[in-house]
Amino acid sequence: MSRRCIIIGASHAAAQLTASLRQEDWQGGVLLIGDEPSLPYHRPPLSKAFLAGDKTLEELAIRPSAFYEKLDVSFCQGRVVEIDRVEHRVTLEDGSVFDYDKLALCMGARVRTLALPGADLGGVHYLRNIADVTGIQADLPQAKAAVIIGGGYIGLETAASLKKQGMDVVVLEMADRVLQRVTAPEVSEFYTRIHEEAGVDIHTNKLVSELAGSDKVRKVVCSDGTEYFADLVVVGVGVIPNTELAEQAGLKVDNGIWVDDGCVTDDRDIVAAGDCTNHFNSLFQRRMRLESVPNANEQAKCAAAAICGQHKPYQSLPWFWSDQYDLKLQIAGLSEGYDELVIRGDYQTERSFAAFYFKEGRLIAADCVNRPQEFMISKRIISGGLTIDPDRLMDESIPAKELL
Amino acid sequence: MANITFVEHDGTEHTVDIEEGKSLMQVAMDNGVPGIDADCGGECACGTCHVIVDDRWIKATGAVSEEEQQMLDMTPEKEVTSRLSCSVNLSSEMDGMVVRLPEFQM
Repeated sequence: MSRRCIIIGASHAAAQLTASLRQEDWQGGVLLIGDEPSLPYHRPPLSKAFLAGDKTLEELAIRPSAFYEKLDVSFCQGRVVEIDRVEHRVTLEDGSVFDYDKLALCMGARVRTLALPGADLGGVHYLRNIADVTGIQADLPQAKAAVIIGGGYIGLETAASLKKQGMDVVVLEMADRVLQRVTAPEVSEFYTRIHEEAGVDIHTNKLVSELAGSDKVRKVVCSDGTEYFADLVVVGVGVIPNTELAEQAGLKVDNGIWVDDGCVTDDRDIVAAGDCTNHFNSLFQRRMRLESVPNANEQAKCAAAAICGQHKPYQSLPWFWSDQYDLKLQIAGLSEGYDELVIRGDYQTERSFAAFYFKEGRLIAADCVNRPQEFMISKRIISGGLTIDPDRLMDESIPAKELL
Repeated sequence: MANITFVEHDGTEHTVDIEEGKSLMQVAMDNGVPGIDADCGGECACGTCHVIVDDRWIKATGAVSEEEQQMLDMTPEKEVTSRLSCSVNLSSEMDGMVVRLPEFQM
């Protein structure tokens, strides 16, 4: 009987995994199980071009259904409720069971929800899935004032997309600045200015305590007593990795499903890839869980190789991007733990600059706004372990191309 | 039907049908051509869909935007006829076009 690989989660990782499995010459069957009706689709545009109406549902698909048919990948919509590692079997919510030889966990993450009075009122939305965005879009024609809870990337991208559609937009952030978890104060200051220039109101140090309204939300109440009128609320306060299935199956889980450098879990017939995993990153010499499309793609390639009995070590530089208004932010590396910041360009008045993060004299990350060249150079420096003089990076008289 | 051919770095060829209006990157993805990563899904943000267009066809691929040029300038293995395939929109005039893939996407 032919061998079968089951992929749980119709995610970015899953889309890459199906393609890579066939490239690695996996001869057996492939069954993709997802709990949404769609085949894997691009999630980053959800808060950007798709929300703004510049991209259609069809354009979101990572690959068309014909691609999966050609590769003989079957798709089944359903929710897996149990993994039986002894019997090599998964059980779905509707009771159906499927046997596997190899299993790939590509379950991603889900939004952190608010446990507050009024959180289930109409007009309160999250943003992770197609259904979330179509829900927001259905409310848009009747809505005038949007409150975004959370000043992270999702919150700010959503603010920009809604502003573009003529809404009044307020962003409420719990910390003392937006993007506090991921960037330097200077970058937060830059994005605050950009949003304020676009007419978005940003309020920091705001802890939301209640959403009020009869059946539809009407206002957002903060712990300091301030209130903001809202007929649309979008909550972007982070995600939780989907690891419960793995945990129930007895796999090692600690802020993500633990995988080795080949993306294999502690069961050699089970691999995992994407936001739900925790890996040791050789460039940064520590374990981490990343919320990132490129990471999902790279891990999926390693996982596919592992399924086919090869060892393809994961050695990718984490990188991310965010689009807001006319600004393209490209982020190379991870800035956590930096001890020196160097800025190239004028972040206080211009719309283009790069912030370089150093730790112990080495470049560890760069936030590049409309600076693709600085981004590409940073990728090279960080992944190659090269050294660069911070003063050189600051010196705009040296063209970006000649920095290295 | 009009088609184009992708040539992997090791010489493996993939001939795929042209779908007008789609990008060169998207048809590579749709047909599972290895060697094009397209991490960002066509936002011109990642530089991982680099291709080198055969000289005879470079004109047909149209103008290079400032943004694409800046990304390309920093791409290793860049050649005179390099393009980011997400920024090349296909038309039937490209029938027979050949593009090579670099050894690595950055």
